[in-house]
Amino acid sequence: MKKTLIILSIVLAFGAFFTGVAFAQDSTPSDDEVNAIAKQLYCPVCENTPLDVCPTEACRQWRELIRDMLAEGKSEQEIKDYFVANYGARVLAEPPRKGFNWFVYIVPPVLILIGAVILFNSFRAWTRPKSAAPGSGREKEAGVSSSDDEYIKRLEEELKNRK
Amino acid sequence: MLPEFGYGVLLVSFIVTVYSGFAAVFGVTRKSATLVESARRAQLLTFPLLTAASGSLIYLLVNNHYEVSFVYEVTSRSMPTYLKVTAWWGGQAGSLLFWSWLLALFTSAVTLRKWDRDLEFLPWVIVVSSVTLTFFVGMVAFYENPFTRFWDIGGQVAPSLFAPSANAVLFTPEDGRGLNPLLRHPGMVIHPPMLYLGFVSFVIPYAFAMAALITGRTDDRWIRITRRWTLWAWLFLSLGLVLGGRWAYDVLGWGGYWGWDPVEIAAFMPWLTGTAFLHSVMIQEKRGLLKHWNMVLIILTYALVIFGTFLTRSGVLSSVHAFANSPIGPLFMSFVSLTLIVSVRLLIQRWPELRSETEMKSMLSREAFFLFNNLLFMGILIVCFWGVISPLASELFTGTKITVGPPYYERATGPLFAGLLFLMAIAPLSAWGHSTIQTLGRALWKSALAASLLTLGLVITYTTNPYALTGFFLIAFVLFATLHEFWRGANARMRSQNENFFAALGRLMGRNRRRYGGYIIHISMALMAIGILGIEIFQIETQGTVAAGESLNLGDYRVEYRELASWDDFGAGVNYTRSVVDIYENGVYIGKLHPRIDYYYESQQNMTIPGQHATFKDDLYILLVDWQPVSHEGATFKIFVNPLVNWLWIGCLVFLFGLIFAAWPDKDPADEPVRRKVGVAGRQASAAD
Repeated sequence: MKKTLIILSIVLAFGAFFTGVAFAQDSTPSDDEVNAIAKQLYCPVCENTPLDVCPTEACRQWRELIRDMLAEGKSEQEIKDYFVANYGARVLAEPPRKGFNWFVYIVPPVLILIGAVILFNSFRAWTRPKSAAPGSGREKEAGVSSSDDEYIKRLEEELKNRK
Repeated sequence: MLPEFGYGVLLVSFIVTVYSGFAAVFGVTRKSATLVESARRAQLLTFPLLTAASGSLIYLLVNNHYEVSFVYEVTSRSMPTYLKVTAWWGGQAGSLLFWSWLLALFTSAVTLRKWDRDLEFLPWVIVVSSVTLTFFVGMVAFYENPFTRFWDIGGQVAPSLFAPSANAVLFTPEDGRGLNPLLRHPGMVIHPPMLYLGFVSFVIPYAFAMAALITGRTDDRWIRITRRWTLWAWLFLSLGLVLGGRWAYDVLGWGGYWGWDPVEIAAFMPWLTGTAFLHSVMIQEKRGLLKHWNMVLIILTYALVIFGTFLTRSGVLSSVHAFANSPIGPLFMSFVSLTLIVSVRLLIQRWPELRSETEMKSMLSREAFFLFNNLLFMGILIVCFWGVISPLASELFTGTKITVGPPYYERATGPLFAGLLFLMAIAPLSAWGHSTIQTLGRALWKSALAASLLTLGLVITYTTNPYALTGFFLIAFVLFATLHEFWRGANARMRSQNENFFAALGRLMGRNRRRYGGYIIHISMALMAIGILGIEIFQIETQGTVAAGESLNLGDYRVEYRELASWDDFGAGVNYTRSVVDIYENGVYIGKLHPRIDYYYESQQNMTIPGQHATFKDDLYILLVDWQPVSHEGATFKIFVNPLVNWLWIGCLVFLFGLIFAAWPDKDPADEPVRRKVGVAGRQASAAD
């Protein structure tokens, strides 16, 4: 009994193994699986076109290459690395974060931060109590609060002026 | 004969523009009104001259004069006449001529206005516009000549304007190469003129700004004069961007409308500064603040307009848009740098005179929110500028080419756009000068509550994606707050004037068109944001090869492939491959679509035309990717479901309405009879709140 069980499990295991192999040979990776990776890559010949939508023949072959590599069991990262190694960093939608490329990522936030600091400082300078320019007509328009009563009053004034 | 004529008037218009600039300068320095008037007339003359040059080119285009190299490059016998006309801006030389023609149109129009009160601006406006025009006409006349012809010199064909040697004879190719098929789309026919109109009309406010700096008349007169110009410029630029997006969606066949391509960004950057400018001039008008900043913004906008033209026209970026390559880059760069240096120099000179008249009172005032808005727009500009520049810098300094693509822009601009939405909700309800948390809270809590409830509803029914929920909350907040503002105003009038709701609303909006037009634009932005969020976050796609009768499933849709036919249209030089698919939604048949591929023999180029089924809920977007030509048994389709994307286009229509509502000219107060003067005062009073 025990023996039969062992034999049976061995047979089953073998069976599973072989069907597994057969399955892997059968199924070529689907278009969606290929596109999921191609989407993240840029066509090495036509600049600024993602590989999944590029209509050229070259790009079609590159998509087939991705399919083959997927079928070989390569991971997404391995495929991307392969493309970078062969066609340079420009195939990536974003430059890798190293060396000179750090400038790409650091400069905008730094500049925006500087802008925010300048703005904040100007606010403090502006709001510091100073004697207001006398007779400035704009001051009168300024102190309007947005409560409903004044709102209506203002609308009525506008109306009166119109007639 | 006609090419010589066209080139001749081109040269004359160049001379006239140069003259107009010099005459204006000497007119001012020698205090000679006659010279200034002469400059003005010269300026006016450039328009008919350039019209004659453009007319010659159009005649050559329409009548198959393939001995002219530009005509050869952009047209072919098979093209319909309207496309031959629009091929005017389908190539480098022609589009620069088109730019110049539009600029001449605008500068002539502006010199025709009534100058009585602003006479000191006139010569300097002429100088600035004629310098710009000189640059562009010079470029056309001396570097990118659309009238260059082919000459046969003993069997060798070479392009040249005039016969290069005595034995040279004109060479006329049998047929032209034809316009790039991607450009033969209605969207693409209108898109460049709109964009150029936007670009060109921003030259006018810039010219006035410079005139204000030079003459020292630094009050807000220049802003009041150019207010409508700026609005129209902004309208055209926005329309250009939108049409470009629609074109990409319909023609480029990648299921999207905006790819953060450098050339798209080139047109987007002046839009950003222009939008910031539109907002911040209001602070100067109402409160006398930010005079320096408005100058900076208009200078930047002008520089970005030229820079944008440079990016698209010089071929410095190779991208999907880079149909044109030519050695005019350095010229453009020098011109941009030169105008920037001069403008900044003038600004620094007048710096002390541009001091604010009042002070900022509170971080919660309307003007403070406008400043935050400007910070965000500048932030987006920095991200965009840097994204376009850094691949060039990388190539220049390290020799490696890099791509800065959508992930970079989306990550960096996402929070900034969210911030803009938030400001759009709260700023219109804050008061000039001073607001407190209490007054703001009172004005906003209902809208905030409604938006929160709606978001909660979305969590339960639609999505739990935090980015989407944040976005939808902000959009709902903008919509509720803005609509509430309309309702509040109309209601107040109803009570005080005993009008019915619609009459009250109509009068309210008519009273202050700029403000309510602006609110309509805010609403349109929120609607567009719905579409953008939908397609950015919820887009799904699939691709597969199916035999006739088989289906592909995506979301609620099933796409069943019926048949495919392929035929030639020899007259047009195109091969059409058109598939027929049945579409089902949740098992219910809803119609047929015909995704197709047009193959252009002349240019050996494919055009993928999607089949689209558009609803308020989503867009089913089917591309024919491939087919088996012999058996016709199988075809490969790529299918997208783009949720909510049509709100983007609906938003665009609302936007258009809002802008025209705000920008529609009414009579200049000075022209109106005295009887109406009170009405004008009323209008200005209402503009002041």
